[in-house]
Amino acid sequence: MNIIVCIKQVPGSTHVNVDPDTGTLIRDGASAKMNPYDLNALELAFGLKEKYGGTLKVVSMGPPSALEVIREAIYMGADEGILISDRKFGGADVLATSYTLCSGIKAAGDYDLIITGKQTTDGDTAQVGSELAEHLSIPHMAYVKELEIVEDRVKFVSNMDEKIITATLKMPCLICADGDINTPRLPSFKRKKEYGDCKDKIKIITFNDVEDKDEYHYGLKGSATQVEKIFEPDKESERMVIDSGDLSLQMYELLKERKFV
Amino acid sequence: MYKTVDEKDLNYLSSIIPSERIFYGEGVSEDYAHDELGGISRKPDVLINVLSTDEVSRIMKYANDNNIPVVARGSGTDLVGAAVALEGGIMICTKLMNHILELDENNLTVTVEPGVLLMELQAYVEERDFFYPPDPGEKSATIGGNISTNAGGMRAVKYGVTRDYVRGLTVVMPNGDIEHFGSKCVKNSSGYDIKDLIIGSEGTLCIITEAILKLIPKPLESVSMLLPFVSMEKAIEVVPELIRSKASLTAIEYMSLDTIISAENYLGKKFPDTNYEAYILLTFDGNSKEELEKEYSKVADMCIKMGAIDGYFVDTDERKKSVWNARGAFLEAIKASTDEMDECDVVVPKSRVADFIKYTHEVAQKVDIRIPSFGHAGDGNLHVYICRDSMDENTWKRKLNEAFDLLYEKAREYEGHVSGEHGIGYAKKQYLSLQVGEGQMKLMRDLKKVFDPGNILNPGKLV
Repeated sequence: MNIIVCIKQVPGSTHVNVDPDTGTLIRDGASAKMNPYDLNALELAFGLKEKYGGTLKVVSMGPPSALEVIREAIYMGADEGILISDRKFGGADVLATSYTLCSGIKAAGDYDLIITGKQTTDGDTAQVGSELAEHLSIPHMAYVKELEIVEDRVKFVSNMDEKIITATLKMPCLICADGDINTPRLPSFKRKKEYGDCKDKIKIITFNDVEDKDEYHYGLKGSATQVEKIFEPDKESERMVIDSGDLSLQMYELLKERKFV
Repeated sequence: MYKTVDEKDLNYLSSIIPSERIFYGEGVSEDYAHDELGGISRKPDVLINVLSTDEVSRIMKYANDNNIPVVARGSGTDLVGAAVALEGGIMICTKLMNHILELDENNLTVTVEPGVLLMELQAYVEERDFFYPPDPGEKSATIGGNISTNAGGMRAVKYGVTRDYVRGLTVVMPNGDIEHFGSKCVKNSSGYDIKDLIIGSEGTLCIITEAILKLIPKPLESVSMLLPFVSMEKAIEVVPELIRSKASLTAIEYMSLDTIISAENYLGKKFPDTNYEAYILLTFDGNSKEELEKEYSKVADMCIKMGAIDGYFVDTDERKKSVWNARGAFLEAIKASTDEMDECDVVVPKSRVADFIKYTHEVAQKVDIRIPSFGHAGDGNLHVYICRDSMDENTWKRKLNEAFDLLYEKAREYEGHVSGEHGIGYAKKQYLSLQVGEGQMKLMRDLKKVFDPGNILNPGKLV
């Protein structure tokens, strides 16, 4: 079985500063890491590979620095990686990103199953996985917490908050793993030493390698949405002291009013 | 005999402290009757949540004049009964004195009230690119408690213990006098260092109401590495080599698989790897990734040659959380895994730590009792927990004493100490006197008399 896991490099800290004048993220000197939700997707894939065999490939779209997270996935146990990288792909929104991933994955060869994380910690849309499946015209399911392979189908358990869905999808298909469903394994020093910069294990796909050469399908030009401004929301901290009467009842009423319960 | 707090005392206390911060008799929660381990329990007659040095001073003066015992308490996370009011009396709780008073960037110090929690202090200084290195596992302990036990923690290997980071203390003496020991100055050769005597004195000499703590610039990079081994013997064999390697290690922690499994069950969270019998967890910190890579590569190569299966990187916030949260929960996890437990917090010279860990396994077999172990292998401080599981009371007491006698005797043979960081309190007094001898015990008792002639501060503890 050939599994592809989509991964992304995101800012290393949740405390990212925004330039108040330009509204852009200040990335200078900021460390980067693999999107934490992708680690859950990877761990789900490692489990399948251990059980059913096959290959595990990671795919990332991003600047050359994203090679770092591909290497990290290989140190964790992935067999190979693909970086989809070209200046023409830059500035992409959800639509253009998912289309570019689709073009890159088509150029990368066969697959049976694609697994993505629930969302990224920088974009936070939680839509790329589903849109990628639509572009590829394959079935998909989101918020998946358990997976097994039954003949040519994937049997999944999906956590849809108010209900748990157990069903099957015919392969090839795409699964968006839910967050916090497992504890991802750690990257191995031995594999890092053995594979080094992973030159022989990573393929780079550029605009020249994709079949659709229409620039208006990629990057900023191919984006249906344009970001006007990013700003930090005003921080509101409200403090309320309840010190008389039936405290638990008052607390319950308050939580109910705010729709927490 | 001490005086029991009565109506008249309460009236006086209410005249100096608002009554909503005074709890009496049934109004005192059971939580204040014991510490985290719960080895001994007794409620104070009265519990007072104090707000200032002045309030503590007025309470102390009254207690001293009226022969009422006083125990100071922070979060109550201690393990040896040090924060339990054995003689009743007044308990002064510092949890509302939880303000960070000043960050002095010119002197690299932070001044805090004693009720500030360790986790609050660490977060506060790290947000500002400073670092308070002492890092005991119990992050909800107060700084006052940390100072009173000279707490150590994970990073002692490189940075030392709480005592190394206390520059100055404001304290209230048993007679109510307010004294300041030490200052923001780096050096001090001016007479006896009473500040250092107070650190680790477990609230028996005076009550700490303010502390000036030393900070260092926050290291820019930090990475941990988890090394699995097929057996406890293989894992601890590398510890002396790690110490000899001259690598700039911040932490060297040893943990056995059964301890990790207890933490998994307790937290309901899986540990990233549970395929092997024993693990060593290392932390490196420094100011560049390249510098760290050089360090950890050298160390990992050495460990793999000596039998480590691999070296797993613990390098992002999520990974650090998955590993260090489990490490931080070991005490509670072992406690939750058994009916009752007691602890032994011995410290031995670093060169003896591997031998001591092996010895705990021998003791477990000999006494036929479960002793999951983990600890700060890099600084020689082991946390050995003796588990009762489902033994009857008599068997438990007999086996516990037998195990303790063997462990403390071995620690003495290795020229170690009874406690590395948890203190003596009530529970370890007999072992302290066995270790230091009558001469030193008398000296300590005499010192206590000089500070507290009426023996009203935390009576029944330490000396």
